[in-house]
Amino acid sequence: MVTRQKPLTVVPRPVWLLLVLALVLQVGWQATRPPPQAQARALPPPPSAAALQLAALGEPVALARLTMLYVQGMDDQAGVRIGWRQLDYGTVIGWLQRVLDLDPRGQSPLLAASQVYGAVGDPGRTRQMLDFVHARFAEDPNRRWPWLAHAALVARHRLHDLPLARSYAREIRLLATGADVPAWAHELEIFMAEDMNQHDSARALIGGLLQSGRISDPRELHFLEQRLQQLERANGAPGR
Amino acid sequence: MMRMPSRSLSMALTIARYTLREALRNRLLWLLIGAALGAVGLAGFLQQLALTESQALQAALLGAVLRLAAVFLIATFVITSMVREANDKGLELLLALPLPRATYLFGKLAGFGALAVLPALLFGALALAMAPAGQAALWAFSLLCECWIVAAFSLLCVLTLQQVLPALAAALAFYVMARAIGPLLLIGQSGGATADLGQQVLGGTLAALGLLLPHLDQFTRSDWLVYHGGSGADLAIIAVQSALYVGLMAAAGLFDLYRKQI
Repeated sequence: MVTRQKPLTVVPRPVWLLLVLALVLQVGWQATRPPPQAQARALPPPPSAAALQLAALGEPVALARLTMLYVQGMDDQAGVRIGWRQLDYGTVIGWLQRVLDLDPRGQSPLLAASQVYGAVGDPGRTRQMLDFVHARFAEDPNRRWPWLAHAALVARHRLHDLPLARSYAREIRLLATGADVPAWAHELEIFMAEDMNQHDSARALIGGLLQSGRISDPRELHFLEQRLQQLERANGAPGR
Repeated sequence: MMRMPSRSLSMALTIARYTLREALRNRLLWLLIGAALGAVGLAGFLQQLALTESQALQAALLGAVLRLAAVFLIATFVITSMVREANDKGLELLLALPLPRATYLFGKLAGFGALAVLPALLFGALALAMAPAGQAALWAFSLLCECWIVAAFSLLCVLTLQQVLPALAAALAFYVMARAIGPLLLIGQSGGATADLGQQVLGGTLAALGLLLPHLDQFTRSDWLVYHGGSGADLAIIAVQSALYVGLMAAAGLFDLYRKQI
């Protein structure tokens, strides 16, 4: 049912005037207002896990993704860029924990922790993020090992903390035993041990891996055997 | 004896057909298509902002937004259509005919139920782009059942409250409570043996609500589209819960309708 409309000419002149006046006033008012000032907002403390579960209304996965976008957007707010150094890393970790609690199968909080927030130029903050990745790794090692592997590399190359890097690599070898975990992840500890000049440990690890039967790829086997031989030669050579 | 039920069935089907036709004339299909396009646009935009798992983000948000859109449109249509019919004296006219009130109610329910198939099919087709066919089908079936429950509750609300705003507010409150009831029950139970009297009363109230409300937090979950974990058991639970609840709402609606002085 279409309602037929009268022509514009029937609109009384005062109504036209009122409309134009109102439009001019509105545009004028907005034009004279000061432009909005960009102000950086601090990341508020995360809500409780129960409150977030309640707010999810049965859609924790969707809320986890939205919450992650919210946290991720804090360093690039409308009109203001905030350095990671200015973020309160304790609060950021709290939010990342909540996101992980909402969707334990999601990977983005650990990726953000190890690869984004962990890349800050402050060793103390980097260590906080690595600790977080390490703390949540054991809950689901077969899914979360990439982030601990990355944490091990950050500890090795950026923090120059070889014992920490080796401890992470060891946990990957011991806990991430799923079929989808690649062999190099298990072998990470070997390279850390080698870097620490612990050739005996590295040799023992390679021998253990070869004997465990976990390595089935012929190229991988060949590589490890070569590596073992190199280590034995290096060990046999005096003065090394 | 056999002619009466078949005549009632025929009348109910006629009412259902006109209810569906009214919805289509109200451009509900266009609204559903608009909602689908809006949800795809929003999910696509947010996908661009994601650091990782952008496909998962898109699927989760698309599922959540489409679900809300379907439920909102169905509930609003049920309530506004019933109020309009009452204001136009259509209800009085129909009930003046030799038509049992039950036939009228079942006809309306069947019409709204058929209407709910539209969002389930349209949004289910979109879900198919995000998830394997089985998971998308489960999600679409669950959306259909959720819309049926909401439509039945909205019908009860509008029969009882008779005005748009109170009925819409009651339907919204019901929907929010039904989706939050799982976490609410967990919060209510967390006090345990150390809870004081107030907490015990609250826990008891929540437990009673848990018995009365359908647990919609277990319906139409977007994690089926993201992690593909939906199973036949989920399907069975949803089907049984929906049948029970739509039956309960129909009975309550009939009770109210028969008591009305029209």
